[in-house]
Amino acid sequence: MNQAPTPAAGLVGQPAPIVEAIRQARARHAVRFRIEFAITWLVLVGGLVLALFAAGKIDTEFLNKWVPFILGGVPMTLLVSVVSIAVAVVFALIGALGRLSSVAPIYAVATLYVSMVRGTPLIVQILFIYSALPQFGIVLPAFIAGVFALSFNYGAYMTEVFRAGIQAVPRGQTEAAQALGMPERGIMRRIVMPQAIRIVIPAIGNEFIAMTKDSSLVSYVALQELLWRARTVGSANFRSLETLLVAALIYWLMTIVLSYFQGRLEKRMAESEVRV
Amino acid sequence: MDGSIVRVENLEKYFGTNHVLRGCDLAVAPRETICILGRSGSGKSTLLRCINFLEEPSVGAVEVDGIRVEADPLHARSRAHQEQIRQIRLRAQMVFQEFNLFPHMRVIDNLIEAPMRVRGVSRAEAIATAEEFLAKVGLMDKRDEWPSRLSGGQKQRVAIARALTMEPKVLMFDEPTSALDPSLVGEVLKVMEELAHEGTTMLVVTHEMSFAREAADRVLFMEEGVFVEEGPPEQVLDAPRDPRTQVFLERFLGAPRPVRRPAPEQPPPLAHQVGHTI
Repeated sequence: MNQAPTPAAGLVGQPAPIVEAIRQARARHAVRFRIEFAITWLVLVGGLVLALFAAGKIDTEFLNKWVPFILGGVPMTLLVSVVSIAVAVVFALIGALGRLSSVAPIYAVATLYVSMVRGTPLIVQILFIYSALPQFGIVLPAFIAGVFALSFNYGAYMTEVFRAGIQAVPRGQTEAAQALGMPERGIMRRIVMPQAIRIVIPAIGNEFIAMTKDSSLVSYVALQELLWRARTVGSANFRSLETLLVAALIYWLMTIVLSYFQGRLEKRMAESEVRV
Repeated sequence: MDGSIVRVENLEKYFGTNHVLRGCDLAVAPRETICILGRSGSGKSTLLRCINFLEEPSVGAVEVDGIRVEADPLHARSRAHQEQIRQIRLRAQMVFQEFNLFPHMRVIDNLIEAPMRVRGVSRAEAIATAEEFLAKVGLMDKRDEWPSRLSGGQKQRVAIARALTMEPKVLMFDEPTSALDPSLVGEVLKVMEELAHEGTTMLVVTHEMSFAREAADRVLFMEEGVFVEEGPPEQVLDAPRDPRTQVFLERFLGAPRPVRRPAPEQPPPLAHQVGHTI
């Protein structure tokens, strides 16, 4: 179906010389483009690093000592992100069904959830759950508070993604299932949802990448993830420049790796047999 | 009761203020094949979609195999009404213009989903029935294929098999060949003609005159939401009485037929590369 077109040799005989010449020119151009791209990055990033060190503000001995400690926060950052995105998917599913409900109170609750969460800053939500709830006697451990805040927040944003995904399933699918006599809940569960989830999987991947960075906000509830470790070491030694640079670099590298897998995932979904 | 399997009584449908069906009456005898012709927008598809309540009719009643349901647009969502509608749908299956196969299920799973979950048939039995109908439409070899790998004609034949697995009393076709490449229409019509000759009760909205002539017991012509003419195919198609039918058929058959060319060969390789950025 998606195979590259094969030259129809029987139809046109030998491909004209120009065909091969064009192919080669394109290949050469692609290689040159990549090389220029790589050089530009090297110059910019390398120049930046050189300038930093040349300015004499970077304490390499300090870095050698503390980088492993900061790196040790990566597993916690990933753990918080994975658990939070999983819980967020549940919030989003419920939220999306609520936003599509024809029952007014259900629709109202779902809409209130989305509006409230999207209308307030994530950092306020995190601090509220961790620092304000104790006044009601609700004291959550840092991990639970952090994950709850992140997933509650992302769930609201993803509610709209899921709602759009459900609505993107063609109307004919519901009609065919109705015509077969399937009950409404069965149609949602067996026909619409599986297709909607396929539609939103790439979006979930993007949200996850964003989550790995936003998870840094839970350093404010003393969860010892990447940024917390960098900030703690940095401020204790008056070396925030070094530690924040390291933290930023680690986030950036994580994002690059995750984006690579995200790209592969999107490609695979696009080529899947199961096309909606 | 007059022994008919489908009865439509004074059916009307408004979309907003648009009066699409203006009082349709229809009685379909068991084993009868009826073709409904008419311009697009005349209400043919809406009529079918009102019979199985994919659209709630505004006025009138539908009866299928003894289950009579009156239009109830003000309480369309009520549980009792919905349950009645489901009873109608189990008896009046529909084949859509756009096939509407479930893309996330293989062919065989498309066919056993509803029998298992709606009729409560065991998996083994559902598979046996499904295979029987797949063989009937000549697609046993596509049993475990994904719908996206099938041609349009194959998809529609699977859709027909899917409807048949529900063992309906009447099979409704909503322009089943209109979305097909012309070269694929024949295989679908052939299956439909076989069904008609075997005595399946069929209600077919179509523009395929050859099918109507070959397979229909009765042809109905619809215009602006009402039937204006009905009769055996030779009469309606060859000697229409109503001037509106005459005009339609003249336009439809009078125009010179497009020459059917063979499907285009693979275009030369360069054509594929146009638009690629280097």
